[in-house]
Amino acid sequence: MTGVAVAGVGMHPFGRFEDRSITDMGVHAVRGALAEAGVGRGGFQAAFCGTAYGGVASGHKVLGRLGMTGMPIVDVEAGCASGAAALMLGAGAIGAGQFDTVLVFGIEKMPKGIIRSSFFEPWQEAAGMAATPAYFALRAQRLMRASGVTKAHLADVVVKNRRHGADNPDAMFRAPVEARDVLGSRVVCEPLHLWMLCTPNEGAAAVVLTRADAGAGAVRVAAAVLRSHLPGAVLSESTPMAGLADDTVVPPTTLAARDAYEEAGLGPGDLDVVECQDTDAARELLSYEELGLCAPGGAGALLEEGATVLGARIPVNPSGGLLSKGEPLGASALGQVVELVRQLRGECGPRQVGGARVALSHTVGRGANAGVVILTR
Amino acid sequence: MPVRDGLFSAEAPPRLLGGRCGSCASHHFPRADTCPYCSSQDVAPVALSAEGELWAWTAVTAAPPGYRGEVPYGFGVVELPEGLRVVARLTEADPGRLHAGQAMRLVVVPLHADEAGQTVTTFAFAPAPAGAAGGDGT
Repeated sequence: MTGVAVAGVGMHPFGRFEDRSITDMGVHAVRGALAEAGVGRGGFQAAFCGTAYGGVASGHKVLGRLGMTGMPIVDVEAGCASGAAALMLGAGAIGAGQFDTVLVFGIEKMPKGIIRSSFFEPWQEAAGMAATPAYFALRAQRLMRASGVTKAHLADVVVKNRRHGADNPDAMFRAPVEARDVLGSRVVCEPLHLWMLCTPNEGAAAVVLTRADAGAGAVRVAAAVLRSHLPGAVLSESTPMAGLADDTVVPPTTLAARDAYEEAGLGPGDLDVVECQDTDAARELLSYEELGLCAPGGAGALLEEGATVLGARIPVNPSGGLLSKGEPLGASALGQVVELVRQLRGECGPRQVGGARVALSHTVGRGANAGVVILTR
Repeated sequence: MPVRDGLFSAEAPPRLLGGRCGSCASHHFPRADTCPYCSSQDVAPVALSAEGELWAWTAVTAAPPGYRGEVPYGFGVVELPEGLRVVARLTEADPGRLHAGQAMRLVVVPLHADEAGQTVTTFAFAPAPAGAAGGDGT
């Protein structure tokens, strides 16, 4: 199979932009990626656009504004992993020899407040069952019981990521916070306080992929994997109404990570930097275990030993994560990829992970959809 | 009137309406014509146990989208003897008053009044000793 290289990346900052449409933001990110790649009109043979709330023909609207249509443009919805799904399709198409160069981008402009999801039936909403943070809270409580994680650990994840995010000009929240303030913010759903939850917001990110033989020394896509859930787990991101009393069901993140490690011929011990889904602080800790950064039950200890802060053994979310950037669903996975490409190129300034050669991006959300992308240089 | 037909029985005490798979022997909820765990269509309707143990819990403090009832309300997972974990509202909205493994009992609780003034109800779990077993909660 042909190798896949990243020829260029572009990004519209994540935040709230009253005067910009989702299309405006997409145009900004796509222009940036195409310019970096030196690719113009006619220079790519397909485009894949990740978005969950963008609506009909979101990708066409962006490329229409740029006068760059005619090729297949495919909108991809996979919840929080929409961008990872788009990347999987784009990289797979190049790998299979279908195209030489493809554009992959993700765009989103989220409503404010708790996300209203068409996933839930109207009766579930009426019964108060569409309380997304409550599902996060139940998962957090189970992690606390299974892994000895405490509320102090949850606060420390927020402190870590917000400190990282202070150096990211594309992040929404750039002021560092202290643990006592995190624990002092209001309880949304016990044990999760407001500052332990990421903010749905707006943004866009774009990546140009080419056949790897076209770019010596470029960042390569060593794996781009999307997996859904296996049935059975009651607190899976699939958000079922019931599940089995069975704690051995392998979660979608682990499924995706295993496939990605195999595809890349690498393991968790090879990683230099990770961007993972910190929808809430507990979700980041769970990802440590599900991605194999530590053994099951070891997430709290890994955080406590400081292994996941910038400058340590395996920095997680040097961009500040979703807790600093906010989460525009369709753009969040490719936002991670843009960050990691820049990390591998050594372009990240004060938040640079020194000598990074292997990077992993992880997104997971409703569906369930779990995306894992491994990049190497 | 129930928020949706087919979720729980109307008689007292109420029971959740699920299914049992003849192929993998697992139970499921809500009732389906295909086993969600092994894809078999050899499923039979069953009324699930009305009592179980608390497995996870929290409270919802702000009204989620499309919800017109009161807040806060309890929310959690109860494990039934059939080997099934059910996501449900809890009648106890103070997480500090609940504990793992606590005995819970199914009840029916009011949500809101519909356009005709009728009370819309749904299922919930209540701590067993103090729970209003079989009551419709209205």
